[in-house]
Amino acid sequence: MMKKRTAWILLGFLSTVVAFAPLPAQSAAPQTRTFKLDARQFAYSPSELKVNAGDTVTIQLVSADVVHGLYVDGYDISVEADPGQSATLTFVAARSGSFRFRCNVTCGAMHPFMIGKLTVGANDWFYRSIGLASFVVVGFFPLSSFLNQRKKKDERDIAF
Amino acid sequence: MNRIELTCNPFIKSALKNRYPQLAVFIVMLIGYIFAILAGLIGTPVGSHNFSIVFVWIAWWAILILVAVPFFGRGWCAVCPIPLPGEWLQRGAVLAPPEKKPTWLNLRVPKVFRNIWLQNISFLLLALFSSVLLTTPNITGIVLAAMLFAAIGLSTIFERRAFCRYLCPVGGFIGLYSQTAPIELRIKDKQVCVKCEGKPCYNGSSAGYGCPWDVFPGGLTKNTYCGLCMECIRTCPHDNIAVNLRPFSADLARPSTRMDEAFKAFIMLGSAMIYAGVLLGPWGALKDAAYNVGSSAWFIYAAVFLAIIFGVLPGLFTVAVYLPIAFAPRNHVTTRSKSLRQRFAQFSNSLIPLGLMFWVAFSLSFVLTNASYILGALSDPLGLGWNLFGTANAAWQPMLTSILAPAQTLALVGGLIWSARTAQKAANEVKVSPTPVILYCFIATSLMLWLLL
Repeated sequence: MMKKRTAWILLGFLSTVVAFAPLPAQSAAPQTRTFKLDARQFAYSPSELKVNAGDTVTIQLVSADVVHGLYVDGYDISVEADPGQSATLTFVAARSGSFRFRCNVTCGAMHPFMIGKLTVGANDWFYRSIGLASFVVVGFFPLSSFLNQRKKKDERDIAF
Repeated sequence: MNRIELTCNPFIKSALKNRYPQLAVFIVMLIGYIFAILAGLIGTPVGSHNFSIVFVWIAWWAILILVAVPFFGRGWCAVCPIPLPGEWLQRGAVLAPPEKKPTWLNLRVPKVFRNIWLQNISFLLLALFSSVLLTTPNITGIVLAAMLFAAIGLSTIFERRAFCRYLCPVGGFIGLYSQTAPIELRIKDKQVCVKCEGKPCYNGSSAGYGCPWDVFPGGLTKNTYCGLCMECIRTCPHDNIAVNLRPFSADLARPSTRMDEAFKAFIMLGSAMIYAGVLLGPWGALKDAAYNVGSSAWFIYAAVFLAIIFGVLPGLFTVAVYLPIAFAPRNHVTTRSKSLRQRFAQFSNSLIPLGLMFWVAFSLSFVLTNASYILGALSDPLGLGWNLFGTANAAWQPMLTSILAPAQTLALVGGLIWSARTAQKAANEVKVSPTPVILYCFIATSLMLWLLL
């Protein structure tokens, strides 16, 4: 019978596969994409941007009220726009996934929460995470019932 | 895994029995707390440059939810400065008990309030105004001062720490989640407590005060209401109190049947999800609604907030708990012998690890993004142009953003596993299927993953 350690190793291996196995590359050809992003206290419009991996992205940040910034998590790039002015940020979306972009110039009370979302390609990490969570639910019952059976058997053996 | 008694170590034991180390920490905390109030009231109105916002809602919150609660349970309550001035006033002493006690009212808290419903309400009140509270220094200053004065006022009317036990908005959820912590204070031998005359751990003696948390240590079976103040270690004449290391979530093996505690689990779970959507999501309209207190949008936000916490989450959970009962055989005595209400409260235990991990995942994002403000606020705590440590102009820079998503997944999926195991243990006891409750936890986890990733 499979030992407890083997069961856990198998579970760990399968979880690692779900988390890190390479996915087929996306076939869309890189394009140039331009977005006009309006910034006002404390939101961007549009607040969600979607591009393909490899696209050249140009964001024209237009500030409607006070000085606002735009910092893209994961890319570590930023731009600032004065009130009524615009500023441009261009970069190649080389990294896939979901990234928050946020204001990096103190613009008022809710400044730390002035946040938007950039999705490059598919949000793989989210799907992998859901896969892991599903794996937990599906894999939990056979594994835990197996472990419980082992525990009961061990207890019986000790009793005898 | 058995318990490891930490108080076996003479150094640890003497450090816990001696009042001076705790007093030293108390004084530092109290100075920091009062400074946070002053900074909030007289410092810059720019939250990200004000000590009260940066040190309370970023630094303290990070330590509390990422370290103190998961690993030390009520460890924060052991050094919290809020009850101190009131307690010193109530006792008429700062250290050991005085010969003559002051004559305050010393009333028992009325029975109707001896639960955590008031703590649930006080947390919800803060939660509904949290967008303003988290970002506006003078509001933070006012709330911190109000908590301090409420604690003082209650200490002069009621016995022991009435504020901590029944009103503190933070203490309620720390107590709930402290059940998962790998540390506990328990008695060593029950018979010693049974035979003990006078019960000085509860009633006090010349060696120390009766339990400030209104708990008889001899009856402690879970961490929820033990504030780890160590008073009982000082008063026990039989050396029968121990601080133990134990497995995580040991208390959850004894499911609660109290509705106030069950609803605390829903309040915390729901608040973490709502905060993740409102504060960390890309939806500006939600932020506007949450911030503009008193506007019609805010009233709608508040109504939806309360509907999720008191309607949607517990409603779906009731269905999850009811299904195994409904489909149980009619002759299944164990399944049908308890009411739906009892089952609801019992199974709500499985939401405790899930809720804690939701808060960890939410806080990781919030704290890592804003932690760099700490350097600036350290050098210029009031935003007056000081540069005490040369870090006043430190640039804002998010930290560890590359590991944020994996860390959040680890926390959330880990919480799901932990909750599934807790639900299964509860289900084994009453011989019903845990599947609907585990599916409920899975759906909540998926929603939180979608909000954060």
